[in-house]
This record gives sequence, C-alpha cells and structure tokens, in this order.
Amino acid sequence: MISLHLPALQVVVPLISAPLCVLLRRGFGAWLLATVIAWTAFAISLALLAQVLSDGALSYKMGGWAAPWGIEYRIDRLNAFMLVIVAGIGALVMPCAYHSVAREIAPERQHLFYAAFMLALTGLLGIVITGDVFNLYVFLEITSLASYTLVALGADRRALRASFQYLVLGTIGATFILIGIGLLYMVTGTLNMADLAARIPALQELRPVRAAFAFIVVGAGLKLALFPLHLWLPNAYTYAPSVVSAFLAATATKVGVYVLMRFIFTVFGARFAFEMMPLGEILMVLGLLAVMVGSLVAVFQTNVKRMLAYSSIAQIGYMALGISFASVNGLVAGIVHLFNHAAMKGALFLALACVFYRLGSVELDAMRGLGRRMPLTMATFVAAGMSLVGVPLTVGFISKWYLVVAAIESGLWPVAVIVLVASLLALVYIWRVVEVAYFREPDGDAPEVTEAPAAMLVPTMALAAACIYFGIDTELTVGVATEAALSLLEGGP
Amino acid sequence: MSDLLILRIVAKLLIPYILLFGLYVQTHGDFGPGGGFQAGVIFASGFILYALVFGVANARRVVPPRLMATLIALGVLLFAGVGLAALLMGGNYLEYAVFADQPARGNHIGIWLVELGVGITVSAVMLTIFLTIAGRGR
Repeated sequence: MISLHLPALQVVVPLISAPLCVLLRRGFGAWLLATVIAWTAFAISLALLAQVLSDGALSYKMGGWAAPWGIEYRIDRLNAFMLVIVAGIGALVMPCAYHSVAREIAPERQHLFYAAFMLALTGLLGIVITGDVFNLYVFLEITSLASYTLVALGADRRALRASFQYLVLGTIGATFILIGIGLLYMVTGTLNMADLAARIPALQELRPVRAAFAFIVVGAGLKLALFPLHLWLPNAYTYAPSVVSAFLAATATKVGVYVLMRFIFTVFGARFAFEMMPLGEILMVLGLLAVMVGSLVAVFQTNVKRMLAYSSIAQIGYMALGISFASVNGLVAGIVHLFNHAAMKGALFLALACVFYRLGSVELDAMRGLGRRMPLTMATFVAAGMSLVGVPLTVGFISKWYLVVAAIESGLWPVAVIVLVASLLALVYIWRVVEVAYFREPDGDAPEVTEAPAAMLVPTMALAAACIYFGIDTELTVGVATEAALSLLEGGP
Repeated sequence: MSDLLILRIVAKLLIPYILLFGLYVQTHGDFGPGGGFQAGVIFASGFILYALVFGVANARRVVPPRLMATLIALGVLLFAGVGLAALLMGGNYLEYAVFADQPARGNHIGIWLVELGVGITVSAVMLTIFLTIAGRGR
C-alpha cells in the first residue's frame, strides 16, 4: 500500500518534519530529525526512480480528485531523476550540517535553521514532482521563502543584504511565472500540464499564449540565474551559511533549469518554443555569454566561495546551451549536467564548508599551504575541481562531450570552440586554488588547523567519488537522460 | 499605554467581538465566505488592536513568542496530519471523503480540520510578525 502513496510522501515527509523541528527547540534534536528525514526522502526518491524505470510514468491524484480538475503529481523519467538529485544532495548535506551549523549559527536559531532547510527541501521536491502549474508556483514560493531565510542566517552581516537582493529578484521571477500561468489559464481554462500541452497547439497563434511564454521564460531565467539575470546569485552564495551554499548551489538552480525544460518541452512543446518563438537563438547567445563571462569573472575572485558562485553561472550557461540545440544530444548534455553539476558543486562547496569550519575564512590568502594541513579536504576539492574543468574520467567530461557533439551536429563549430575555451578558464581558476593550497607556504602566524571532522569529510568525499564514478560508468545517468530527452522531444510528458 | 480614554474603552468593547467574528469566519468558512486564512487574520487583528492601544509589552504577556512558535508549528502539523490520516484510512493524501460513511460528511470534517490548522498558523504568524517588528529598537 505504501508504494502507491510514495509520490505524496516524497513531499509530505519533509514537510511534516519542518514544524516538528520548530517544536523540538533543540539544535541537536532538530538536526537528527532532519537528517533521518532527508535520508528517508532520498530512499523514497530512489524507490520512485526504480518504479518509473520499470513501469513508466506514474500519476498520483492529490485528495482523490482526478486531473485536470485536481492536482496531479506526475512522475516521468526526467523528474524522477531530478528527485534523486535533489533528495540525494539533501541527504549528503545534512550530516555535514551539524558541525558547520554549530559553528556558524547561534544556538537559539539552530532548530529554526533546520526547519527552514526542510521547507526548502519540501519546496524543491514539490516543484519537481507536480504536474500542475499552479502547484508548481506554490512550491516555488515555499522554496524561495525558505531559501531567503537560509541565506539571511549567514554569520556575515552582508548576508542580510544578499538575502534581500535575492528576495527582490526572486519575487520578480516568481511573479513573472505567476503572470505567465495566469495568462495560460485565461486562454485554456486549465492548470494541468498534460491538459495544457493538449490545448496550447490550437491556441498558439494567440498573443496571450506568446506573452505567457515570454513571462515564464524570463521568470524561470531569474530563478535559475541565467546570464544576465544572475545578479542575486554571487552574493547569496558567498554570504549564506556554508552548507546552505552547498545545498542551494547543487539543487535550487538545477530545479530552475528543470522548470524551464518542463515548460518549454512539456507544456508549450518544442515546435512552439523553437520554431514560432526564437528561444533557441536567445538561449544560445545568453548561454554562451554566461559561459564566457561567468568563467572570466571567476578567474579574478579572491574569495573562493564567490569564485565558485561565478563558476555556477557559467555552468548554468552550459545547461542553457544544451537546451538551445533542441536536439537529443543537446538535451542529454543539459540533463546529465544537472546531475553532474549538482555532484561537483556540492562537493566543492562542502569542501569549502570544511575549510571554513577549521579556518573561519575561505579567502584565497588564508588557504595558503592548506594542502598539507587538510590533505583530504583539499584532495576532494581538486578531484571535484578537475571535474568542473572537464578532465576525462570525470563527470564534467561527459557533459561537455555531449555538448560538443551536439554543437558539431548542428554545424556550430564556434560554439564547440567556446565551450572548450571556457573549460580552460575553469582550469585557470581551479588552478589558482591548487597553487595557493599546495605550492605556497602558510604564513608564520597562520592558525594550526587539522583535518575537518569525519561527519563533514565523508559526505564531501562521497560526492567527489560520485564525480569520478559517474564519469566512468555513465549507464545510469546518460541512460536516464537519453530516455528523458527523447520523451521531452516527443512532446508528451 | 494610550492616555486616550475613549480609545481604550472602545478597544475594550470591540476586541471581544473582533475575536468572536474571527471564530465565526473560521467555523463558517465551509458554508459561506471565509475560511482559515481570513479568520486567522481577523483573530490576530484583535490582539494587534490590543497591542496598539495598551502597549506591546502588555501584548507580549498575553502572547509569549514561544507559544506563538508552537502554535505556528501545530497548525501546519494539523493540516499535514489530516492529510496523512486520510492516507492511513485508505484514501489518497488529503482525500477527506474517507473520514465518514458519506463522502460529503467526510469532506466536511476534513475541510473543517484543515481550515482550523490554517487559522491557527495564520493568526500566530500575523502576531509574530507584528510583535517582532513592533518590538524592534526597544
């Protein structure tokens, strides 16, 4: 019986844990509960993926009301894969959170931190799982409000400003999505994604439908920090608590990319988006700009967290680029990069959380000679960093391979060249950290530091190991991504 | 506390009716206009009026922040718990029809409980936001 209700439980279990964290009032109790729940959610997502892979798409009627009137949870290969990414990162971040949060957040706020964290997880899982566009908007707001809170909990006072900036831009993005949904509801009278997909082709000449498309693309662009709508991201990631940066960088923007894909391919259909509307050209130009500008700016940062934030903007550019080809290989690159980037950015930011836990700083200068003092942490950083560059036998290589193949298929050699040049830029900024950590002597007055606690180190290393494992054995990731890409291009969910 | 006698007496007279009206909107939300959100806001506005006239310090004694945090959490738990109860009784999540032998009665019970959860959380959130902002700089 329980397996029938897994789609509801996927969202409800983390949701219920949030008020329980508030009631527990103790940082440790809340952390323990949140960790158990995060792993439960991960287990549920794996079970759902297994079900979808064997039986095809699942549908769940919320409250027993049939679609299109009721809210339908619909899980196909793409969102089952996304659920595993989001819940998996949540499960791996939580064990690290205990030490990191104990250091960075005041004791009387810790239980509230875990409550907000669980709400953010609930929202992200809800966005991914739902088959109803208004429900998607509601979950988007849940996760956004929780994320603003999480960012604002950063120890640095500038976290408040970063959070406010994120709030303003994030709210504009969410409002744009809501306006788009409203316009679609006006002309179609439905909010169910599958129902919308069936009705839009007959109405696609109508101006409200085109306006809705524009609003939704811009709104989703703000949420996923597509260049030049990325202005909230660097500050938010830099000043948020370390584990929040890791969690949001690995999941929130990916879910934004998922929302964009879902609207483009499932709701509006690839033909409308790429033939009637110039989305391909727009995403390609913005994606390339994001890749170049993000990587270039990252090279000149002195705060490593900020450097990784700009690198995230570049990586999101790769995903936008993958979508812009509207071909199977392009989409595979985009979808596989959702997973790959989540693994490598998660590992990199968690490694920085370990560094911050011991050093109290993630400035490049403070990390001098850290390779000898925190060998495991820095080795993890280097492994995940190599993946970011796209070295063969790492996941980064897989994504870039499909991206370059897709570019060449479309006859766009210059695009392939830009992707490769940007990879070299990634090598430059990762190398700056390597050089400082391994080839510089620490200052005489540098604090004595030892390796981070095992509870933080093990999940970080697990993510870095995933970067290498899935770079060699791509059967699961590329297999699921290919099937998801095929079904997206066919149109139906 | 305000020195204005009229204000104090009018507020004293009005507050019970504001709270009563809040409860009315809460309990009649499933038949007429209203529901948990509106009721929560109206109910909280009675306390907010009290705080405006008699001072934030007095209001804090009536609504301690710890109690508010507990109520916020309990309201959400009630909502989510009703959904889970439906699931345990053999329905889908939030399928209220399983709560009674007739679907209409079951829906009535389910909506009533869920709206109660919404009302509790909304009024506690409203009060928390007001008292947090009003208490700054003191």
